[in-house]
Amino acid sequence: MRVDLQHITKRFGDLVAVDDVDLTVEPGQIHALLGENGAGKTTLMNVLYGLYRADQGQVLIDSQPVQLRSPKDALGAHIGMVHQHFVLVPVFSVAENVFLGDEPVHRLAGFLDRRRAASEVRRLSEAYGLAVNPEALVEDLPVGVQQRVEIIKALVRQAHLLILDEPTAVLTPQETRELFQVMRSLRQAGQSVLFITHKLGEVMEVADQITVMRRGRVVGRTTPQATSEAELAALMVGRAVEFKVQKGLARPGPVVLDVAGLAVADERGALAVSDLSLEVRAGEILAVAGVQGNGQTELARALFGLLRPLAGRVTVAGRDLTGASPRRMARAGVGYIPEDRQREGLVMTFSVSENLVLDLYDRAPFGRGLVYHPDQVRENASRRVTEFDIRTASVEAAASTLSGGNQQKVVLAREFSRPLKLLIASQPTRGLDVGSTETVHRRLVEERDRGAAVLLVSTELDEVLALGDRIAVIYRGAISGYAAPDTPREQIGLLMAGVQPQSAAGSPAS
Amino acid sequence: MSDLDPAPEPALEPAPKPDLENSTPAAALRGRRFGPRLAHAVARSDTAVVTVLAIFAALIVGAVFMVVTTPATLAAWGHFTANPGAALSSSWNLVAGAYGALLNGAVGSPAAYARALSSPSAAHLVSAFNPVSETLAATAPLLLGGLSVSLAFRSGLFNIGAQGQLIAGAVMASWVAISLPGLPIFIHLPLALLAGALGGAVAGWVPGFLKARTGAHEVIVTIMLNYVLLNLLIYLLSLKAFLASGQVNSISRTTPASALLPHLLGPQLRVNAGTLLALAAAWGVAWLLRRSTLGFQFRLVGSSQGAARAAGVDLPRVITLALVVAGALAGLAGAVQMLGTAPQLVPGYGQSLGFTAITVALLGRAKPGGVVLAALLFGAFQAGGLQMQAQTSVPLELVEVIEAVIVFFIAAPALVRTIFKIRTSAGGFRVLSQGWGG
Repeated sequence: MRVDLQHITKRFGDLVAVDDVDLTVEPGQIHALLGENGAGKTTLMNVLYGLYRADQGQVLIDSQPVQLRSPKDALGAHIGMVHQHFVLVPVFSVAENVFLGDEPVHRLAGFLDRRRAASEVRRLSEAYGLAVNPEALVEDLPVGVQQRVEIIKALVRQAHLLILDEPTAVLTPQETRELFQVMRSLRQAGQSVLFITHKLGEVMEVADQITVMRRGRVVGRTTPQATSEAELAALMVGRAVEFKVQKGLARPGPVVLDVAGLAVADERGALAVSDLSLEVRAGEILAVAGVQGNGQTELARALFGLLRPLAGRVTVAGRDLTGASPRRMARAGVGYIPEDRQREGLVMTFSVSENLVLDLYDRAPFGRGLVYHPDQVRENASRRVTEFDIRTASVEAAASTLSGGNQQKVVLAREFSRPLKLLIASQPTRGLDVGSTETVHRRLVEERDRGAAVLLVSTELDEVLALGDRIAVIYRGAISGYAAPDTPREQIGLLMAGVQPQSAAGSPAS
Repeated sequence: MSDLDPAPEPALEPAPKPDLENSTPAAALRGRRFGPRLAHAVARSDTAVVTVLAIFAALIVGAVFMVVTTPATLAAWGHFTANPGAALSSSWNLVAGAYGALLNGAVGSPAAYARALSSPSAAHLVSAFNPVSETLAATAPLLLGGLSVSLAFRSGLFNIGAQGQLIAGAVMASWVAISLPGLPIFIHLPLALLAGALGGAVAGWVPGFLKARTGAHEVIVTIMLNYVLLNLLIYLLSLKAFLASGQVNSISRTTPASALLPHLLGPQLRVNAGTLLALAAAWGVAWLLRRSTLGFQFRLVGSSQGAARAAGVDLPRVITLALVVAGALAGLAGAVQMLGTAPQLVPGYGQSLGFTAITVALLGRAKPGGVVLAALLFGAFQAGGLQMQAQTSVPLELVEVIEAVIVFFIAAPALVRTIFKIRTSAGGFRVLSQGWGG
């Protein structure tokens, strides 16, 4: 099946998310759609999957124009999609999930034909090398296997083109390799795969054809043979990338954050961090690397008092703050850049000026006792907006009207308005454009140079390598090893996958 | 209302398309015609315009209700093909008569005002200003109750318990009023009001505390507390301390004069200082929300519990306090009733005032200014509805239908747009409350 997207344009208000894009997927092709977050990849795919209606342009399947008004239309046209966030029922079995909404009914009795469902799942999983047990409950399965369930769901509905939206974001390197195997066997069977990603290495490894998008437009079409990672990166960001952040040598001082034997449960009560110990010194950045879901989120939340540790000890500048509330942490000089800035970092309906004092509204000069001074808050905001170059219509505009980068600048401006001994930054550049990412990186380094201890949690290896003075790798809730920033990526990748290297690379807190 | 925004937006689109004047704001504004400008206002989710349209639509629905529930008019419609004039005129007479009486009962009739002007005797003045007085008197408890629900809304809580808190406030106010006779009014009245607020505050503290400590949902707890307090009142009315002497019926002793809210416009007009108190409370709530650190916490918790927690806010304390303050306002509503227009406790005191308060809060978009206007409107409906019932065959319940339909339209703005054939490209209305998320 050959799919042609012609002159697709999709606007959201004033924003042109997808601008006159042409894309062709040949049968039996793995087509990578490469671009930064916000480049319009997912929007384009949602148009193809019938979730959005394009403002202009058309979709052709085998040269016939088709109307895709809903995912049902898309499935009818043999287009399937696996979203970044899976839509599975945790307490249902694999087979039940696969056939949900499209249940095979027993021909005579008229009820659900479980046996046929299970055998169909088994047949598909064998055909494409998707090792999945149809009787297993989805909640018991690792993320990588859940993803296979999603793929089987699409295949059962006879998808000839499979759209995978950032499929490797949640996978370990090992699971990623397995996924690529699955993609190759799909290709062999004549299926097409449209693979959305922003990771260059994966594109080079698995794609037949590459389309690069930037700011809603196609900026390059190429093949892995005809290009290089550096060239792709340049296309993606529109200029030669300087992955290396400008920073001098760290001058580590005394230990500021001392964590020993920490254990933390996640929100469902499962143990996410166990027996974790680490130290961060004044004037250094400790970067915690790891594949998402290995406890780094819970670690950061627990260190700021948002989750109560089950065991262990947390000391900040010599004071025991185990189990302290976020308020006490903040008062002790701890800054926190949350992973989910829209849920924890900001109040989207509050104005920029109010967001800049979320934790300071009751302190002079913003408030005293019961009285709150909006004028002081506004005045503070106009200073901060200038200082941090926050692009906003006014300090009274709601935070939701700002771009992601500017929202993050608001969070930074607020946290940096207190004198910090320790800064915990959890995925501080997730979803930001290159310019904002640079700003955030620069500010983190400045904070380090000012003498703060910085704990950076990131799933982006490039960020970890660029910023970390030391790198700690977190795996299954504990630090699996330390590395120096000049360690080869592959070696860190092994640590992230839980493989202990033979030679000790780096050592904890020299 | 702070949302009133009469300034038209600057025209953005360069080329007006005359054939599509309903859908291009630029053309609409250039033409300055009412219809297109209205459409534009609704498309922008202009709160005031949507509210006015909702009220208008509700009055039409009310008119249809009147016609189909009045046998004579309905019969005339049965002969519509034979005599269309009769059906139309009898419907018109019915609706115009009822709404005319409603209006006269709410704001007064021109005839009565003219009579009072030409011969300003006491009797004429009273009859001219009685409707306004009744409207303002009915507004006071509605406003206080609406503020109670609004404050909880803004803190992310759904206070269904205004009714129970109101009863608690009325009981406490009544108890202080009748058990401490002989005090001078400047001590007795404030004391009784304070007792009422305290009673409501305690009734609000219970669900607040339970939510903060155990996570028990305030909707469930407040609904159940309504029943508890309703029946507690019936029990109290069997006690000597409350029961009026020589009464077999469950009716309490009447509030002594030293605890009654002073009348504003002479003894014959029922409007009293409670209305001023309610307006002061509206100002107080506005101040609390905008200019106080506690209000900042209320809004912060109401807008994003995640961000509130990360900002170090003590969530249990703020949630409890929000319901205590909301309860105090509802309690004050009960006290104002008790020390004003309804000075005797009876079973089911306040009828459904506490639930109407939810409607008032919704109509006022949980903003103090909006709630003042909504309470005035509902006060007018209540005063006018009684007049309508007295003068025409249309029952008071029609007013409740209209009130309900207003909120129905407010809660579903897309419906208003569809009905008034307003096309819009910019979708999305603000949601008033996060509702049941807890």
